[in-house]
Amino acid sequence: MNKPFNNKAWFFVLPVFVLVAISAIIPLMTVVNYSVQDTFGNNVFYWAGTEWFKEVLHSSRFHDALGRNLLFSAIILAIEIPLGICIALTLPKKGFWVPVCLILMALPLLIPWNVVGTIWQVFGRADIGLLGNTLMRLGMDYNYATNVFDAWATIVVMDVWHWTSLVVLLCYAGLVSIPEAYYQAARIDGASKWKVFKYIQLPKIKRVLLIAVLLRFMDSFMIYTEPFVLTGGGPGNSTTFLSIDLVKTAIGQFDLGPAAAMSLIYFLIVLLLSWVFYTVMENYGAEKQDPRVEQD
Amino acid sequence: MAQITLDNIAHSFNPYPGSNADYALKNIDYQWDDGGAYALLGPSGCGKTTLLNIISGLLTPSNGRVLYDSNDMTLLTPELRNIAQVFQFPVIYDTMTVAENLAFPLVNRGVDRSEINKRVDDMLQTLELSDKANRRAQGLTADEKQKISLGRGLVRYDVSAILFDEPLTVIDPHMKWQLRTKLKSLHEQFGHTMIYVTHDQTEALTFADKVVVMYEGNVLQVGTPEELFDQPEHTFVGYFIGSPGMNIFPASINGQTLTLGSNNVKLSKGYSNLNGKTEVGIRPEFISLASKEKAGTRGMKFKLDTVEDVGRLKIVRGKIEDVTVNVIVDEDDSIPTEPYAVFDPERICVYQDSFLIRGDA
Amino acid sequence: MLELSGINKQVGADLHINNVSLSMERGSLNILLGPTLSGKTSLMRILAGLDRPTSGDMKLDGKSVVGVPVRRRNVAMVYQQFINYPGLTVYENIASPLRLAGMDKQAIDKKVREAADLLKLTNYLERTPLNLSGGQQQRTAIARALVKDAELVLLDEPLANLDYKLREELRVELPRIFSQSGAILVYATTEPYEALMLGGQTATLCEGRVTQFGATIDVYKQPNDITTAQIFSDPPLNTATVTKTDAILMYGDYQLGSVSRDLPNDTYTVAVRPHHVSLSPSERYSVKLNAVVSTSEISGSETFIHVTTEQNRWVLLTHGVNRVNTGDTIDLYLDPSRFYLFNSAGALVRSPAINSEAA
Repeated sequence: MNKPFNNKAWFFVLPVFVLVAISAIIPLMTVVNYSVQDTFGNNVFYWAGTEWFKEVLHSSRFHDALGRNLLFSAIILAIEIPLGICIALTLPKKGFWVPVCLILMALPLLIPWNVVGTIWQVFGRADIGLLGNTLMRLGMDYNYATNVFDAWATIVVMDVWHWTSLVVLLCYAGLVSIPEAYYQAARIDGASKWKVFKYIQLPKIKRVLLIAVLLRFMDSFMIYTEPFVLTGGGPGNSTTFLSIDLVKTAIGQFDLGPAAAMSLIYFLIVLLLSWVFYTVMENYGAEKQDPRVEQD
Repeated sequence: MAQITLDNIAHSFNPYPGSNADYALKNIDYQWDDGGAYALLGPSGCGKTTLLNIISGLLTPSNGRVLYDSNDMTLLTPELRNIAQVFQFPVIYDTMTVAENLAFPLVNRGVDRSEINKRVDDMLQTLELSDKANRRAQGLTADEKQKISLGRGLVRYDVSAILFDEPLTVIDPHMKWQLRTKLKSLHEQFGHTMIYVTHDQTEALTFADKVVVMYEGNVLQVGTPEELFDQPEHTFVGYFIGSPGMNIFPASINGQTLTLGSNNVKLSKGYSNLNGKTEVGIRPEFISLASKEKAGTRGMKFKLDTVEDVGRLKIVRGKIEDVTVNVIVDEDDSIPTEPYAVFDPERICVYQDSFLIRGDA
Repeated sequence: MLELSGINKQVGADLHINNVSLSMERGSLNILLGPTLSGKTSLMRILAGLDRPTSGDMKLDGKSVVGVPVRRRNVAMVYQQFINYPGLTVYENIASPLRLAGMDKQAIDKKVREAADLLKLTNYLERTPLNLSGGQQQRTAIARALVKDAELVLLDEPLANLDYKLREELRVELPRIFSQSGAILVYATTEPYEALMLGGQTATLCEGRVTQFGATIDVYKQPNDITTAQIFSDPPLNTATVTKTDAILMYGDYQLGSVSRDLPNDTYTVAVRPHHVSLSPSERYSVKLNAVVSTSEISGSETFIHVTTEQNRWVLLTHGVNRVNTGDTIDLYLDPSRFYLFNSAGALVRSPAINSEAA
């Protein structure tokens, strides 16, 4: 609503445009370029049209990987969102423990993806890892390298450990901004804890929750580093997600055309699903507010 | 409904209060009669909201007891005290409709569905919200939201008291009038004990049968609006009530004669044995401005500073000797070119060390 | 001089500001009076240069300033919320605009101390805003606006979050404080009484339109139309729809007095201010009406009586303490010379002053 009308501003955003062009638009156009051509090396290209797209869309390998991605994102959201909300609700709202809790919560977020993968890789090994060894001693036959369930469980736990904090911190920020009067009124109205959550806390953190869901969805849908480090996509193809498959196709087999088509399809799926999430959550309990009300 | 007794209440936000200054409330002892309309009036930081929260149970006092009738409620939570409270900013449940908002406290208490419907319908009519019953509460105006907050208390017919914490702060002036009169008529209709916290004298005086004026954690005076206007017990009450407040200035009094510089005013009562700081208070409403001839010997020369025409009256600011004095003049009355101020002797209050002294008959 | 001509501001399908033309002199106090959402804040944002009007022109001393960014305008603004730099002392808060302007140390010190003195902050200069009362925080914000020597000072409901008594004090002080600065002062408020206390000039706003602009007391006493009269009345204005035949105004079964035969026969609206209704007859208050009491409020020195007359809700402001009971039927007496008469389009056709001149 408040558009600045200073022409100098364009000058200042120009560097960003250039950066975005170099880092995103040009590579994207290259990908598009690859996706509609075929090559046998020596920089000789032949027009392939929609050939690669058809091939990718009809390949069972792509379908399987997409299925794994969807399942993985569903599991991640189903665990991290409720867990994150629960933890945010139990965190203290004021006092000495607030900064301590927040720093503890933020710690996993500071660790790079490949380090997380490596940590869990070592942690889960049956010979030297604390987790793997303990489970083995308890009589469980745990091995992420050979057992499909174990491999999935490890990646899911790893992701939950790594990223639930993000959901917690976002929800916490939403929760602390609810005025005390709401809680007091609810107590006076005799509302149970569950009702306070349903009618006050949940509606008030809806917006930050939407951001948390979007971020976690996009991120989990693009998972790469952790399974790459931990299992390399195995056992078999059981943890070969789209991104891993993509890398295998592009770098491993050097099938640039199909890889390019696949990455474009991948990109469109992420975009489409994010849009679906956004509209669904935005329309659920849509608030129509007079834009003038909150102005001052 | 209940009589509420505050028995030696004191409160400090410091868990280990040292001196008297650590207390936000200093020894409050008061009884609120069943069915009364009360106002707690004072500037911000005087402890009025703290006191309200102690009555409602949102806060446990450091010392003293809170009794509802003869039951000790000091340690009970708000939901167990069976009270209702309306806050400064309207609290509504955004995702519910107006009707669902009103039903909420009843649903929580397991009231029969048919009984809930009946009460909610009644309340929608009382609050003149029937046509909006099935609308989302979120899109309503501030005054409608505030009505819903109030309605959630009123649907519980048996509440011991309804407490208001500056409920008209966010309401536009015109709607303030409507909501205030609605409150007043609801009080007449339902007969609940109502306690209303505000810094706004107009709201306090017009709403309440009895107004409790607070300052720095103390109760300075409890009285009807008339008593507070006519006989402020403390100079602060005189200043705080009325707009502009009471003119208060140091003066010397000898028996029945008030001396202000070169002027002498005969008082309606005699004051003997005055010691300490003596001050005199007179409301701007009770000073008239007249020409020298009309004022006669009672007139004191008035050095006029400014005249503010505020429509139905004029506020005249000026000086008598070196004392700043405000005078209220009716819209139809003119101000003489060389005005002399005349005090209504019946309306002069005398203060010793800030407290009212009642003269000898 | 600041001149607005034909300012419009459209946001989506809504017209937030509708054809506003005003001109404000240097050193003048201009009040924007209107209820919430009447467009006060939208207009202030345009004046400040935070928003660009959809159409219309704004000239400062004859030069158009539309499109000039806020940074380049010499504008100071005080908001309803107390906005100060929380980490800086009161002294540094007041000095901040001067430091930005690159003024030398001694000059800054002099100006800060002058402003602090005027706003009674001298004893609090070393404190940070959060250790001050609300009134002192707002005084700090006002002092900062004052030292800036802005050409345009915008005050958006600056007293709304303060206690009643503090408001009373600052209302008296504010016009005096800014009167010497020579700035164009614009002050938004929802309260008619506040506008009257401040004086100056008032523009009444309704749905983004300026309904009238003139000296505050004139707008109050001589409203051009019924909307202005209603905006500028607290307690609310009492109105009655009357039919005029020949020279007689009929309100239901009551004859409300007579007017000139020159006016066309039609329905009119009579408006009476709450303090122009009496409970006892006198020479002036000669027209009698019946009314049923709905509630009464006693403020100690005055009594507000809310009544219903011919299905209209009226409020009476009477002197002294008058005890009446809900449901009672009481007699009201009106003074026809105090009537405002509006035609069916809402325009004023007779005002009290004109009536009394004619009498």
